[in-house]
Amino acid sequence: MPINHTSGYKHISEWLAAKGHRPFPFQEESWQAIVNGESGLVNAPTGCGKTFAVFLAAIIRFINAHPQDFKQQSRNGLQLLWITPLRALAKDIGRAMETAIAELELSWRVGIRNGDTPTAERQQQKRNMPEVLIITPESLHLLLAQKGYPDLFHNLQIIAIDEWHELLGSKRGVLVELALARIIALRKAANALPAVWGISATIGNLEEAMDVLLRPLGTNGTIIRANIPKNIDIEAIIPDEIETYPWAGHLGIQLAAKIIPIIEASNTTLIFINTRGMSETWYQTLLTVAPQLAGTIALHHGSIEQELRWWVEEALHTQKLKAVVCTASLDLGVDFRPVDTVIQVGSPKGVARFLQRAGRSGHQPGERSRIYFLPTHSLELVEVAALKQAIAASVIENRDPRILCFDVLLQFLCTLAIGEGFRPATILPEIRSTHCFAAITDQEWEDVLLHLTQGGVALQQYDEYRKIEIDNGLYRIQNRRIAMRHRMHIGTIVSDAMLKVKTMNGKFIGVIEEWFISRLEPGAVFTLAGRNLELIGIKEMTAIVKPSKAKKSIVPSWTGGRMPLTANLGRMLRKTLDSALHHNVTETALLALQPLFDLQEQLSSIPGEHALLIEHIETHDGYHLFVYPFEGRLVHEAMAALLAWRISRILPITFSIAMNDYGFELLSDQPIPIDDSNVYDLFSPDQLLQDIQQSVNAVEMARRTFRDIAVIGGLIFQGYPGEQKKARHLQSSASLLFNVFSEYEPGNLLLRQAYQEVLDQQMEEARLRDTLQRISSHPIIITYPQKLTPFCFPIKVDSIREQISSESLEDRVRKMQQQLK
Amino acid sequence: MNAPLVHQVRDQTFWLSPHRLLYWEETASLVVSDLHIGKTGHFRKSGIAVPQQVFKEDMQRLVDAIMQFKPQQLIIVGDLFHSHHNKELDLFCKWRNDLSQLKMILVKGNHDILPDQWYADTGIEVTNSYHNAGISFRHDPDPVGADTEAYLISGHLHPGILLKGMGKQSLRFPCFYFTESQAILPAFSKFSGLANIEPRKKDTVYAIVNETLVKFP
Repeated sequence: MPINHTSGYKHISEWLAAKGHRPFPFQEESWQAIVNGESGLVNAPTGCGKTFAVFLAAIIRFINAHPQDFKQQSRNGLQLLWITPLRALAKDIGRAMETAIAELELSWRVGIRNGDTPTAERQQQKRNMPEVLIITPESLHLLLAQKGYPDLFHNLQIIAIDEWHELLGSKRGVLVELALARIIALRKAANALPAVWGISATIGNLEEAMDVLLRPLGTNGTIIRANIPKNIDIEAIIPDEIETYPWAGHLGIQLAAKIIPIIEASNTTLIFINTRGMSETWYQTLLTVAPQLAGTIALHHGSIEQELRWWVEEALHTQKLKAVVCTASLDLGVDFRPVDTVIQVGSPKGVARFLQRAGRSGHQPGERSRIYFLPTHSLELVEVAALKQAIAASVIENRDPRILCFDVLLQFLCTLAIGEGFRPATILPEIRSTHCFAAITDQEWEDVLLHLTQGGVALQQYDEYRKIEIDNGLYRIQNRRIAMRHRMHIGTIVSDAMLKVKTMNGKFIGVIEEWFISRLEPGAVFTLAGRNLELIGIKEMTAIVKPSKAKKSIVPSWTGGRMPLTANLGRMLRKTLDSALHHNVTETALLALQPLFDLQEQLSSIPGEHALLIEHIETHDGYHLFVYPFEGRLVHEAMAALLAWRISRILPITFSIAMNDYGFELLSDQPIPIDDSNVYDLFSPDQLLQDIQQSVNAVEMARRTFRDIAVIGGLIFQGYPGEQKKARHLQSSASLLFNVFSEYEPGNLLLRQAYQEVLDQQMEEARLRDTLQRISSHPIIITYPQKLTPFCFPIKVDSIREQISSESLEDRVRKMQQQLK
Repeated sequence: MNAPLVHQVRDQTFWLSPHRLLYWEETASLVVSDLHIGKTGHFRKSGIAVPQQVFKEDMQRLVDAIMQFKPQQLIIVGDLFHSHHNKELDLFCKWRNDLSQLKMILVKGNHDILPDQWYADTGIEVTNSYHNAGISFRHDPDPVGADTEAYLISGHLHPGILLKGMGKQSLRFPCFYFTESQAILPAFSKFSGLANIEPRKKDTVYAIVNETLVKFP
């Protein structure tokens, strides 16, 4: 039935009209599809009414089902399950929904379920489910860990997955897939399938994003696009003198003074910084440069105490702040209406991310978004031009869904095992109905069960392995302590070991990585949450501090959060350099870089769009080889390992490897034998997989990947308040576990996954292959500069190092030994 | 390959083995530290599936060393057992029975929390420190409160040495660490992490590189 004939629609449109609103066409389209019982995906930017596109449809359906007495119908059970990636979003969406419900005079309730929900409220929800439940993927899994959870979904009509583009491509997305498969299977058995609706910003692979969600339903879906045009102004902040500007300045704070006028001319400005450590420094610097801003600027990042973050968010809403220095922590979430300007410091690493950040300003339909780009080293100015081109051509990245994440599967099965338990024969088809595990083999499934019930291969008579026990074919976790520990560990966001930071009188300031604080002596001063703090000591899992007036302090560097450049942006960068090479430049950012380009050209060369530049440079550190594919850090890491391994087959040689998003470096204590005669062979895409797997680096990369896998898969116990003493004997490092598995159980499922993830996620094997194809069919330029070039400098100074060697371990140690003498 | 290296301390002769133990010639003692027996079992009992093979191999390595050196006594410089009793300890006890003539001295470590009676029943002498021939054994390498005259041998730290070379290379290995007044032994168990040491010029470090010992400086 056309929706505008239904009583639900009439009721809703009258309510909107009374407020002076009219539904957007895409909202009506979604309502129609949802009322028809279809599933699908709504593609709309934030701030355009995407919540109402799905939420009001649930209400329309409900009114249509109870046209006479919908106002009186209470205790209807859960109608709409709303999955959101962010707790902060839950609050605001809940508020908006409650307002609508009250004005429509329905007797619905909206519940929020996340880590902050008090136990009493959880109990209440269990007895009497609200009609709308807003929940994070992790809390949804906790719900599935309860006894009797199938009853909660008896009346479920719609499952909505908000900000699906953020979840897809991560293991949190896999959590969503698994939970959907379980709930859908439950409802399928009752012959009452719910509709599934994803809500997503624009990404390159919207169709696939929808298919992943709908796969357990086994139906096709509809994509509904909002098509709301967005105008974006992009402007670069250009240093006055490019020659004096550092080639690798790290932070860009030399340009801080330049943004003060921008802040002052704007209503509210968000300043996006790529890492938490840098954001601390920036906050301090802004206060120093513009003391008049004190009290009107704030800091927001993931390690700051939640209360404080909430305060900042609230103050943003109420327009109390002039500027907020933030990290990806404010990428998502509700819109702050007062924000009209965004400043991006350093490379945004991708087109989609840059657009998303730009979109945080001026979201009223029709309004312009304004974003400034502040480079942290001069070469980054090239990215401004590249980003502009990419946006003009609407080149937007894909988010690729994850495949075969056994760590998440192990966790999910344990989750089910502490609640109702599961039977392999029933659960396996459900698991295979997800996109993630569609291809799981019988052998892999056997390995999963063996891991959970037997703990892999054991020394029979002396083993007491205990996790999942089989009780009449039902797989359950009986041990209360193991169950409790599992509940504490549900989720896939793995953080480094963190310590709380508190003052003497117990005031909580934030959290900080253990490895950072453990290197400080008491009395040392460091910066957190924009304050200088003196370390008094570490007690239990808490660092005790007091405020310090010291001028100098150490800024913690947080690990993680280092995104690689996307392939799209990389391609655009090469194009942009090409135009610089041909002096075909109109963009001011590039014009400003001309002196630097001239120097690069004089010392070495500027590669054309398809060419690959290689530089041989000798310094007192040794022999450097710089290569510039412009493909992002991850591909460079893999390519460096590959190249190093192939060279090392020519002669025994040891390299240390460094890379950034533009290129990579091989550094050795002996000359690196690469020239016109062998360069195409060394970069050949032939034998790629074999060569990659044999490159020593895979082991080190897998070791790093293994940490997350081990935590998610339940091998690393992070401890929790109250049981620290008992837990101590259960602590081990991921690196140690990696060694132990590699030596004693090399076929272990999680170890294999680590290597697979290295190939797919870390090395981006598909992208690496594309890159090598490109290189092999285009010119390679080898130069021998007499000194470091503008291109190589940032790699040499600001990069992450790895090693690769074809010398035996004993030989390498002997060499080091001799160098000591 | 596996040949032990000799290291002299105050007229005493120590044979260092890449199997993470040493043999004290004058007293015919085998010295090990930080065995952490039962650690894999403790993890597995709590639902953490670490391979139990580590434990089996650790035990085998100890038995092999006893066969090789034929010591009169075994000095354990602390952390013999990882935690409370579990079945892996039964395997240890069975093995202890087979070698009942071997004297065992446990210098108590922070992990050694079993009841005193248990050690007595298993034929293990327990002490907080052990002295012989000018050598003193304690678990904790912190020399505070120790006999300052004697040469102190301890464990606890699980020492590791970070080696750096040209081209910004670095590697980390378990090691024996000798200073003028004390020594720290590597952890015997392969299921144990490493803590970096920062040796001074006069100190001697033996890094355990695969099956070989490499001396620094």
